Amino acid sequence: MEKDQDKILREVTDSEYKYGFVSDIEMDMLPKGLNEDVIREISKRKEEPEYMLEFRLKAFRKWQEMEMPHWAHLQIPEIDFQDIIYYASPKKKEGPKSLDEVDPELLKTFEKLGIPLEEQERLAGVAVDAIVDSVSVKTTFQDTLAELGIIFCSISEAIHNHPDLVKKYLGSVVPYNDNYYAALNAAVFSDGSFCYIPKGVRSPMELSSYFRINAANTGQFERTLIIAEEDSYVSYLEGCTAPMRDENQLHAAVVEIIALENAEVKYSTVQNWYPGDKDGKGGIFNFVTKRGICKGDHSKISWTQVETGSAITWKYPSTILKGDHSTAEFYSVAVTNNFQQADTGTKMIHLGKHTKSTIVSKGISAGQSNNSYRGLVKVQKGALNARNFSQCDSLLIGDQCGAHTFPYLEVGNKTAVVEHEATTSKIGEDQIFYLNQRGISTEDAIGMIVNGYAREVLNQLPMEFAVEAQKLLQISLEGSVG
Amino acid sequence: MIVVEKKPPKDPDTAILERFPKQAGEGLMGKVQARALEQFMRYGIPGKKNERYKYTDVAEILAEGYQAVTAPEHHDFRIEEIFRCDIPTLNTWVFTVLNGFYFEKEDHLQELPGGVLAGGLRQAVRERPDLVEPYLDRYASESSDGLAALNRSFAADGFFLYVPDNAVMEKPVQVINLIRSDREVMVQPRSLVILGKNAQGGLLICDHALTEKRVLSNAVKEFYVGENSSLEITRLQNEHNSMSDISHYFVHQGRNSRVTSTMISLHGGMIRNNLDVKLNGEGAENHALGLFLSDREQHMDHSLFIDHAAPHCTSTQTYKGVLDDEAEGAFEGKILVRPGAQKTEAYQVNKNILLKDTARMNTKPQLEIYADDVKCTHGATVGQLDTESLFYLRSRGIPEYEARMLLMYAFAHEVIREIKIDPLRDRIRELVDRRLRGELPRCHTCFVDYQK
Repeated sequence: MEKDQDKILREVTDSEYKYGFVSDIEMDMLPKGLNEDVIREISKRKEEPEYMLEFRLKAFRKWQEMEMPHWAHLQIPEIDFQDIIYYASPKKKEGPKSLDEVDPELLKTFEKLGIPLEEQERLAGVAVDAIVDSVSVKTTFQDTLAELGIIFCSISEAIHNHPDLVKKYLGSVVPYNDNYYAALNAAVFSDGSFCYIPKGVRSPMELSSYFRINAANTGQFERTLIIAEEDSYVSYLEGCTAPMRDENQLHAAVVEIIALENAEVKYSTVQNWYPGDKDGKGGIFNFVTKRGICKGDHSKISWTQVETGSAITWKYPSTILKGDHSTAEFYSVAVTNNFQQADTGTKMIHLGKHTKSTIVSKGISAGQSNNSYRGLVKVQKGALNARNFSQCDSLLIGDQCGAHTFPYLEVGNKTAVVEHEATTSKIGEDQIFYLNQRGISTEDAIGMIVNGYAREVLNQLPMEFAVEAQKLLQISLEGSVG
Repeated sequence: MIVVEKKPPKDPDTAILERFPKQAGEGLMGKVQARALEQFMRYGIPGKKNERYKYTDVAEILAEGYQAVTAPEHHDFRIEEIFRCDIPTLNTWVFTVLNGFYFEKEDHLQELPGGVLAGGLRQAVRERPDLVEPYLDRYASESSDGLAALNRSFAADGFFLYVPDNAVMEKPVQVINLIRSDREVMVQPRSLVILGKNAQGGLLICDHALTEKRVLSNAVKEFYVGENSSLEITRLQNEHNSMSDISHYFVHQGRNSRVTSTMISLHGGMIRNNLDVKLNGEGAENHALGLFLSDREQHMDHSLFIDHAAPHCTSTQTYKGVLDDEAEGAFEGKILVRPGAQKTEAYQVNKNILLKDTARMNTKPQLEIYADDVKCTHGATVGQLDTESLFYLRSRGIPEYEARMLLMYAFAHEVIREIKIDPLRDRIRELVDRRLRGELPRCHTCFVDYQK
C-alpha cells in the first residue's frame, strides 16, 4: 500500500511541461550583450522620443552600480547579463492592419495557446493585447474600448501617442532605481501594456494580455502601466506561457498600477512559464517587480496570482495604501514541483487612515522544490485604524520539498490591528483515503484536494481564468494530464 | 538542503577587541576562547543587514566605549550586604554572579543533595574538567551570532550547575546576576547547566544592575538536557533604563527531554534576548514563553530559533508584549524543521498591544520546513485592547481604567500562569500588576544598598 502510494506520488509529481513548444517565426534580434549602445539601439528601433532614452540610460547607469539581491530564500545560479539578447521582435514590414498580415505561424501559436483572437474573442468578451517576445503584435478590441475613452495599447504606442500620461506616471510607483531587476527593466524594457481608464468609466470587459517568451536566449522585459482615474473600474488579466528551452531565460518585468479616488483595479495573473525539466535543467527566471498605489481615497487594488511555472520566481506584488479608506487585497496560489524555487509574497504599506488589507497565500510544494512566502505589512504612524489580516498556508507533498514562511509585521500605530496566521501541513492521508474509498484514484484525489485547498484564491479569478488556473494546478501536479 | 545565511566578509570590529586582554586563557577555557575568537573574526558584530538583528542596532550600543571587566574584583563584603532577594517564602539555593564572575562563598564547588554540583564555571573547569569538557561550547559554537562569539572569546567565568543522572532537585537553584560598578562597564558572564539522564531541576535567573551608571551585559548560557530529563527555567529581568542587556540562551535537548523557559522582562533600557533551542532527540519537548512590558524609550527584542533536528518533537512559543510611550519592540521566531524531522509539531504565538501611537512593534515569525509530515502554525498580532471586551466590562459598572487594567492583566496572565514556583508566580503577578499601573519605576522589591 505504502509503496503504491509512493509510486503514484512520484508519477504525479513527475509530469512534464505541457505548453513546451517553439513557434517558428522569423525574429528580428539585436546581438547578445548589454551596454549603452544596445540601449540606444533599442530606443532607436522603437523610435522613442528623447525623454525615454534618458530614462533608460539613467536606469542603466544606476543598474551598473547595483548588486544582485541575495536575501531571498533562493539559490540563483550566476546570471551572465552579457549573454542575453535584449531585443527580439517578430519580423514585420509594417504594423499589421488586419489579421491577414500577421504571420500565420504566429496565429498558430495563439491557437495552440488557446487565445481567443478574432471571432472567438468576441464570444469570450476578452480584449487581448498579445505580446510575443517583447513586441506587442496586435491589440484587439481597441475600437470598442476607444469609444469609452479607455486607452488599451502597447506601451510603445502610449509613449508616442500619450506622452503626457506616460511622463506623469511611468516610474512613479516603481522608480527606475527601485531594485536591481526593476532598474534593468527600466533600461531595456522592450514593450508591454498600457491601460488608461478615464474618470467615471467602468471597463465593460476584462482586459487581457498574454506574454510569451519565444526566441532562445532572449530576456523578456515588459513593462505594464495601468492608470485608473477617479470612479473607474478595470479588471486586467495577464497570462504567461513560454516554450520549452534548455537554457535559463530571464524575465524581469515591471508592473505599475495607479488607482485614483474611488477607482478599483483588479489585476489577475496566471504564470505558467517553463519550470525546467524534472531534473531541474532549464526554465525561466522570473524576477518581477509589481506595485500599485491606492493614491486616492476609497480606492482599491486587488492582486490575484496563480504561480505554477518558472524555475525561479521572485515576485512580490505590493500595494501602497496612501488614500484614506483605501483597500488592498492579495490572493496567491504558488505551486512548485521538481526543482522549482519560489520566493513570493506581498507588501502592504499602510499610510492612509482607515486603510485595510487582506493577504491570502497558499503555497503547495512537491518534488524537491522550495516554496517561500515572504510578506511585509507596515503600518505607519499616521495610519489610524489600519487593519490587516494575513493568512499563509503551506501544503507539502512528498518529504523532499520545503515550505517556508517569512512574514514581517512592522506596526507603529496603536489603533492598528494586524494579524498574521500561518500553517504548514501535509496533504491529508485521511482525505486521500476517503476519496479512494469513493472510487477516486489517488492522482485525482490529490488534484481535488489541491483545488479545494486553493479555492479561496481561485474564486477571485475571472471565470475564463479560473478554468485555466484549475487545469494548470492539475497539470503542475499530475502525471496523467499533459 | 539548508541554506546558510549568506554573510559578506567584513572587517571584524577590531576596536572592540582592544578592550580585552590580548592573550587567551589557559587550558580548556583557552582552547574554547581561541576557537570562538576565530569565529568572531569571521562573523563580526552583527549589523543591520543581519536578519536576526534587523530591528536592533547593537553596533551602536557596543560603540559606546564600555570598559570590559576582565578579572574578578577583590571584595571584602558579604553578598547579603549589598543584595537580598525579598520574595517571601521563596525557597531556593542562591548563587550570585557579580560583574560576570562567580561570587565565591567557598573556594570549591558546592555539593547539593542528590549529587548536584553548583558553583562557578572557573571552579568547575578547575575541579571537574571531566564534566565540563564534553559540553562546554558544544552547541554554542554552532551559532553564527557574532555577539555570542564575542562572549565566548573572552568570558572566563559564570555559573555552573550539574545535575547527575536520576537526580531530582529538591528546590530550584536561583542565580542572581548583579552588576555593581562606579564606571561604565561591560560584563560577559558565561554559564553552563548540565542535566544527565532522568534528572529534574528548576532554575531561576534574576538580572539586576546595582548602579545608576550605564552598563552593558553580553551573556551566554548553555543548557544541556539529557534523555528523559526535565528543566524549568524562569528568568526575571528588572533592570534600569541605562542598562543594556544582551543574552544568548542555548538549549540543547536529548531524547524525551522537556524544557520550559519563561522570560519576564519588566524593565531594561535595551534588552535583547536570544533563545536557540536544538531538539536533538526523538520526543523532545520545548516550551518557550515570554512577557515583556516596556515604556519610555525602552527597546526590547526577542529572537528565537527553534531547531527541530529529530522526529516526533514538539515545541511551543508564546510571547507577549505591551508597549507604551516611545517603546520599541521586536520579535523574531524562527522554526526550522530539518529534513527527516517527521511528525514535528510546532506552534508559535506572538501577541502585542500598543498603548500609544509613538510605540512601535516589529514582529517576524518564520517557518522553514523541510519535512512533510508536520503540523506547524504561527500567528502574530499587533493591536490594541479589544473594544468589545472593554465595553462589556464597562457595562458591568467597571470604570474604564480598571477595565483596561483587567484586560491587560488577563493578557499577561497567559504567560505568568505557566510559572511553576508558587511564591515566584505570586510575586511576578504582583510586579506585573504594579508595572502595568506604572507604580514600578524600577526594581525596588529587592533590598538594595547603593551606598556600599
